[in-house]
Amino acid sequence: MADNSKPATRKAAIVGGNRIPFARSNSTYAQASNQDMLTATIDGLVARFGLQGAQVGEVVAGAVLKHARDFNLTREAVLGSKLDASTPAYDVQQACGTGLEAAILVANKIALGQIESGIAGGVDTTSDAPLAVGDDLRRILISLNSAKTLQDRLKAIAKIRPGMIAPEIPRNAEPRTGLAMGEHAQLTAHEWEIGREEQDELTVRSHQNMAAAYDRGFFDDLVTPFLGLSRDQNLRPDSSLEKLAKLKPVFGKALPEGAEATMTAGNSTPLTDGASAVLLASDEWAAEQGLPVLAHLVDAQTAAVDYVHGGEGLLMAPVYAVPKMLARNGLTLQDFDFYEIHEAFASTVLATMKAWEDPAYCKEKLGLDAPLGSIDRSKLNVYGSSLAAGHPFAATGGRIVASLAKTLHQAGPGKRGLISICAAGGQGVVAILES
Amino acid sequence: MAMSAPRGAPRPKGTAPVADWYTNFANSGFGTTLTKQLGLPRPAVLRRYEPGQPLLPGPVVIGSAGQGRLRDTVSAVLKDAGVTVLSPVAADGSTDGEKLGAVVLDATGLTSPGDLASAHDFLAPAIKRLRPSGRVLILADPPQDTDSPAQAAARQAIDGLVRSIGKELLNGSTANAVYVPEGAEASLASPLKFFLSGRSAYVDGQLLTLSPADVPTGEDAEKPLAGKVAVVTGAARGIGAAIAEVMARDGAHVVAVDIPAAGDSLAKVANEIGGTALQLDITAADAPQRLVEHLRERHGGVDVIVHNAGITRDKLLVNMDAARWNSVMAVNLQAQLDITQALLDDGDVLRPGARVVCVSSQSGIAGNRGQTNYAASKAGVIGMVRAWAPEFAKRDATINAVAPGFIITEMTAKMPLGTREVGSRINSLQQGGLPVDVAETIAWLSQPGSAGVNGQTVRVCGQSMLGA
Repeated sequence: MADNSKPATRKAAIVGGNRIPFARSNSTYAQASNQDMLTATIDGLVARFGLQGAQVGEVVAGAVLKHARDFNLTREAVLGSKLDASTPAYDVQQACGTGLEAAILVANKIALGQIESGIAGGVDTTSDAPLAVGDDLRRILISLNSAKTLQDRLKAIAKIRPGMIAPEIPRNAEPRTGLAMGEHAQLTAHEWEIGREEQDELTVRSHQNMAAAYDRGFFDDLVTPFLGLSRDQNLRPDSSLEKLAKLKPVFGKALPEGAEATMTAGNSTPLTDGASAVLLASDEWAAEQGLPVLAHLVDAQTAAVDYVHGGEGLLMAPVYAVPKMLARNGLTLQDFDFYEIHEAFASTVLATMKAWEDPAYCKEKLGLDAPLGSIDRSKLNVYGSSLAAGHPFAATGGRIVASLAKTLHQAGPGKRGLISICAAGGQGVVAILES
Repeated sequence: MAMSAPRGAPRPKGTAPVADWYTNFANSGFGTTLTKQLGLPRPAVLRRYEPGQPLLPGPVVIGSAGQGRLRDTVSAVLKDAGVTVLSPVAADGSTDGEKLGAVVLDATGLTSPGDLASAHDFLAPAIKRLRPSGRVLILADPPQDTDSPAQAAARQAIDGLVRSIGKELLNGSTANAVYVPEGAEASLASPLKFFLSGRSAYVDGQLLTLSPADVPTGEDAEKPLAGKVAVVTGAARGIGAAIAEVMARDGAHVVAVDIPAAGDSLAKVANEIGGTALQLDITAADAPQRLVEHLRERHGGVDVIVHNAGITRDKLLVNMDAARWNSVMAVNLQAQLDITQALLDDGDVLRPGARVVCVSSQSGIAGNRGQTNYAASKAGVIGMVRAWAPEFAKRDATINAVAPGFIITEMTAKMPLGTREVGSRINSLQQGGLPVDVAETIAWLSQPGSAGVNGQTVRVCGQSMLGA
């Protein structure tokens, strides 16, 4: 092609967001499905921005734990919402990176001028989780279904054994290692010598920051109550080092002999139910609707690490993604006013920061001449993060994008924020927002 | 992308005229017989406004007592609204002619009590011909605008006259009076239409005083609030939700405000009416500023503020703790003061011709056992609007209060049966009002045409015996 000019791009605006309070697993939202929660979250967003009957360019969302019937989860949620039924939608899934990846996908289409507005979201329930039958039983049931004669049916039924009845429950474990994510994180914490106390300190700060943010009304236009819950159920404003110190470690079975297990139910995120959504748009669309622009999504990056054979920690991929994105944008790690590092585990945040400070690691693993350096802790997770709010896998990205965009907007124009989210499968999704 | 659904288009749920169980029973076949034989209250099914409804279901007669300077104005307004205007009914004439929708007495220009005899002559035969849910409206000069004792006596006599007629009327009919000072004739059209229409179904025995004002004309009768941005606090449920629905029906874009914990139902209200939800604790120190900023950023300003949010924390005064007292005062009164002041101070967010409507209460007029805090706060609202009226008038704006009586809500449904039944019957209409009745009154005060109603407190109480 003679015409090699790039299409003009623009930066997608973040208009605002909505989420429902996150609930602990098998609690307040135990009877709510992914579709219920996502629909309620979209409707809350519609109410906040007056989008009743409006057609947005696209709604993109996903869930990590999904029932087979939820193959078109987002489109079904749109049809059940107050949005115009002619709004297209599709599902995505990138483990805990789902919500942020959804926002990136919507932002990219806006940047290319393919759509003018879009909603990115995510939802997860660990309570209303799908159960699968074992492969043996599944094959028998399929042949039973296709059997044409009574005899064939009886033959099929006769193959069923009591041991096949036990369902397969989804596990928070990596298929290739059989280790729970927490076990992987504990190995990384050990490798980076992350102590118990610093993990607990980070945890207390997360709870305190989030409680303070609730008290000053920060979440008034970010959260809509659901099923009687108006604040995140996991939030403990009275969390303290003393209380956390009493908790027993819950991971560490893969640690070498004699190594100290440091990760507890306090400094790890609990299983959680919830949903979030973010409204993105072109600046022009936002202005036409009389809606604010809180921030723009400037750039994003994903990375993956070989945690199976490559000797890297399962949750270390964001460490690799960030320098690539910084280099592309001519930025240093210190050029940010706010940092949002997803608190899958307190140790994950600490290991991530320690890796960026380590000259040898930065040279050998990241191929950098100099370490990225340290970040100002007072700019980290300023309104709390997943340790306090909880972490419904696919909903975390939307929570962070909307909250960070609002924080940047409040701080004034030209402020910059970094998002770093680790995900199962050794993946990471990171992004830059700017007001 | 265009918004494909017009805002506020569908008729909102919850505003349908639904009477209480006793009213339903008393209007059933067996119920009619039984209540008549036992001499029990016979509450009527009230004529309530529906979009597209004519102003009145029958013709109106206009009569005069005294000089009467308003006859032509009234006649013109009513003819313009499609109402047939008939000559006064002869005192000895037949009573079985066409039934009347309303009887209007122009009693301006009274000079002495002797003039009132003609009021009696006109009203008695006309009222006999009144249809169910008929209207009696008396127009007079304000008693305080004259130095003549005889003239003041005649004018003040209207007060007793209209209140008594209200108590005598049957079948859901109401009687109200409007004092029209010299120079305020142009202000009359909006209250005239309100009092005759189904919008005032539960407003009875009220005396309204108009002020001279620059009254905009050309209002769309079906969408009088078209293009207006209206804030309704406490909009998540009950009366607030009904206010939001009626304002949206009348064309306003409603910013529905309630505390964050009520955000769930607030979002449903906003989505139902095509408005927007704003979760805000109005008692927070920065609430006025946040509201002002929200209105500026999202809507470029605001036309109507309805201070509806209110709470009760009942306890006898001697047993009341400071928390009960303070929280009621903070929500019901201080927040109204602070938000209104912030809007006035801001300079440009409150658009010209703004309307502020504050929800007071019958308890603020009559007092109520166990409600010292609530009644004090609601009485305070009445004082607040009276004091602020002159400043609002300077901006071509108005501030008024509405004082609901016994309104059937989720809250009254929880009252013991006896208390509830007595509470709902001790008024001239022998029934509780509906949230929509309060909402209609507030929506009327919010209309551009209501420019001449300022500093007033309008009771929506079916002429309750409490505090009258």
